[in-house]
Amino acid sequence: MTTVPASWYVVLGILLFTIGALGVLVRRNLIIVFMAIELMLNAVNLVFVAFARQQQAMDGQVMVFFVMTVAAAEAAVGLAIILAVFRNRETVNADEVNLLRW
Amino acid sequence: MHEVQPAVVVENVTFLWWIPLLPALGVLFHIFLGRRVGKTAVSVVGPSVVAAAFIVSLVAFIRVWLGPPGLVLQQVLWSWLPVGSLDVRFALQVDALSAVMILVVTGVGFLIHLYSVVYMHDDPGYARYFAYLNLFTVAMLVLVMADNLLLLFVGWEGVGLCSYLLIGFWYDNDANASAGKKAFIVNRVGDAAFLVGIFWLFWSFGPGSHTFSFSEIAERGRQLSPAVVTGVTLLLFVGATGKSAQLPLYVWLPDAMAGPTPVSALIHAATMVTAGVYMIARLHALYELAPISLDVVATVGALTAVFAATIGLVQTDIKKVLAYSTISQLGYMFLAVGVGAFSAGIFHLLTHAFFKALLFLGSGSVIHAMGGEQDIRKMGGLRRYLPVTYATFLVGTLAIAGVPGFAGFFSKDMILARAYAEAPMLWGLALVGAGLTAFYMFRLFFLVFLGECRADAHTRAHLHESPRTMTIPLVVLAVLSVVGGYVGLPEFLAWGDRFSAFLAPAVGGSAHAGGHPHLALEVALMGASVFVALAGIAVAYRFYIQAPQTPQQLAARWRRAYQLLWNKYYVDELYAALFVRPIVQLAHVLWRQFDVAVVDGAVNGAGGVVQETGRWLRRWQTGNVQHYALSLLVGTLLLLGYFLGRG
Repeated sequence: MTTVPASWYVVLGILLFTIGALGVLVRRNLIIVFMAIELMLNAVNLVFVAFARQQQAMDGQVMVFFVMTVAAAEAAVGLAIILAVFRNRETVNADEVNLLRW
Repeated sequence: MHEVQPAVVVENVTFLWWIPLLPALGVLFHIFLGRRVGKTAVSVVGPSVVAAAFIVSLVAFIRVWLGPPGLVLQQVLWSWLPVGSLDVRFALQVDALSAVMILVVTGVGFLIHLYSVVYMHDDPGYARYFAYLNLFTVAMLVLVMADNLLLLFVGWEGVGLCSYLLIGFWYDNDANASAGKKAFIVNRVGDAAFLVGIFWLFWSFGPGSHTFSFSEIAERGRQLSPAVVTGVTLLLFVGATGKSAQLPLYVWLPDAMAGPTPVSALIHAATMVTAGVYMIARLHALYELAPISLDVVATVGALTAVFAATIGLVQTDIKKVLAYSTISQLGYMFLAVGVGAFSAGIFHLLTHAFFKALLFLGSGSVIHAMGGEQDIRKMGGLRRYLPVTYATFLVGTLAIAGVPGFAGFFSKDMILARAYAEAPMLWGLALVGAGLTAFYMFRLFFLVFLGECRADAHTRAHLHESPRTMTIPLVVLAVLSVVGGYVGLPEFLAWGDRFSAFLAPAVGGSAHAGGHPHLALEVALMGASVFVALAGIAVAYRFYIQAPQTPQQLAARWRRAYQLLWNKYYVDELYAALFVRPIVQLAHVLWRQFDVAVVDGAVNGAGGVVQETGRWLRRWQTGNVQHYALSLLVGTLLLLGYFLGRG
């Protein structure tokens, strides 16, 4: 049985991470930015799992659980913030949320 | 180790601290409760704390008087400045000299407090006034009871502060505030020299323990080189010329008359201005080691005595005449201590405190009756309206003029006799001064109390004798102005010079030490001083009673001389041109060129640099989260590239 080499997962992880990072940088909609951040997190998760399997060690898998837990908490907080911003300013456009700017 | 001179017997007592403490409690009372408890309570507390201090002083005086010769009562309260080998104690002492001084300060002080109760009664700052007056009493008592030079300096500065506060007591008038400032600044000049003198003394004592007590100074002074002693004593004397209004630092005292009249009586006649004389008498052991300094003191004193008397000849403000007279009389005291007649100087200090306080309080009574008028040209004939003031003022005038039988005669004669023995030139000056004194004092007296009343009808209608509380101090001081002289009679009369004998252990060199002139000479000298005094009175009588037009004719004939005196020798103008204006201009230049340009420039420049840097840097703070995210990414990539590239 042929196994998929670890390097493919790594390449996929890099691609997903890059897409996520670019999403964070170029999109203006906060929800999209948020989703792009999730994408970056999951790209990292993928690489963790891939290396864990290659090394035959459980450390990476455990780390993924931690990341998922934090991501869930972060999603809750982040969405709440976005909701609050929307209620106050009726927009989720990052460029328009500039009250603290000089 | 505290070394004691052989002739001195130190006795430790525990009641001395009550003397300054009682007025100090009065100060606290007036400050914290004075406005709340009302004028009656202030009127009771203000004078009575001083009266209580007087009673304690009397106890101390009697202990010293009845005790063995050279008895010194001492109370060490605490160690004040224990620094290394320096251990200055907060210690009070009462020897014969201090005993006389505390009696004058609390006794005359009490009478003036009493007088003030009426004089200041309608003043809105009543409690403040008594707080200052009590504080002055505390400082003056510390000055005369201090057992070391540093504590003396504390009192010295304390009385200066109170003088400043009381001269500018009516501070809402700019002229009064300026007079206070002038007094303070002129005194600073003297006190700077005084401090340098103390430092030099400390420095020249070298290593070893320093208590700075007067006995230690007397002891160690002998080991110093004559040059150092001369320098130190001259610097201390410069301080005395400031405090005691001698040439060249006398200019503040005439202006100090801006204060309330009882203040002029207490501070600027009876007590504070005599601090310089006291200081020299206290440090007589040091001054006796420096003949040059003593000569300077005597010369400055004699010159001041004549100089101020000539200005006093033409003044028209009743208090200004008395102010110049005070400067002149202080000159006599310095002449006395300068020729080594320390007890004669203190004797004149004592009698002067009586008659000059009397004259000032009398003038206060006149000003009170005249509704604030101080110009003697607008007075005259007040004898009818103010009988008590008239009679007591006459006694004071006779006393200061040196008419035989009155206190001023004995003390002035003692000074003149010693001056003749030591320095005939200075004696001549002092004799001229005595004649001038008799003249200007009787001029004042005649213009105020005799002749026709020149006041306007309104003022005349309101003329009245002052109430009892004001006249009682006048009467007491008048009695003292007569009997005060009999403690120090010439040697050949009755009980002789008890005063000098009493002071001898404290100030050394009593009248007998310096080769006393023999009887015939002494009588001749006395005759000379009586003659000039009577001549002065006669001339004043001729000028102001018999032929009142004479002064104007003389003034017209010697126009320049009259102008010179009228303008007080232009000394104020001279000082303004020499010192005040250059310093003000220098201050102006420093303000504009240094303070504004350099200091403010540096501070504002620092702010400007930060502001400009911030203006440039804030472009990076767009407030856009994604820009920050981009810079994070770029930074991460750069770090990653660096570490990977390094291998």
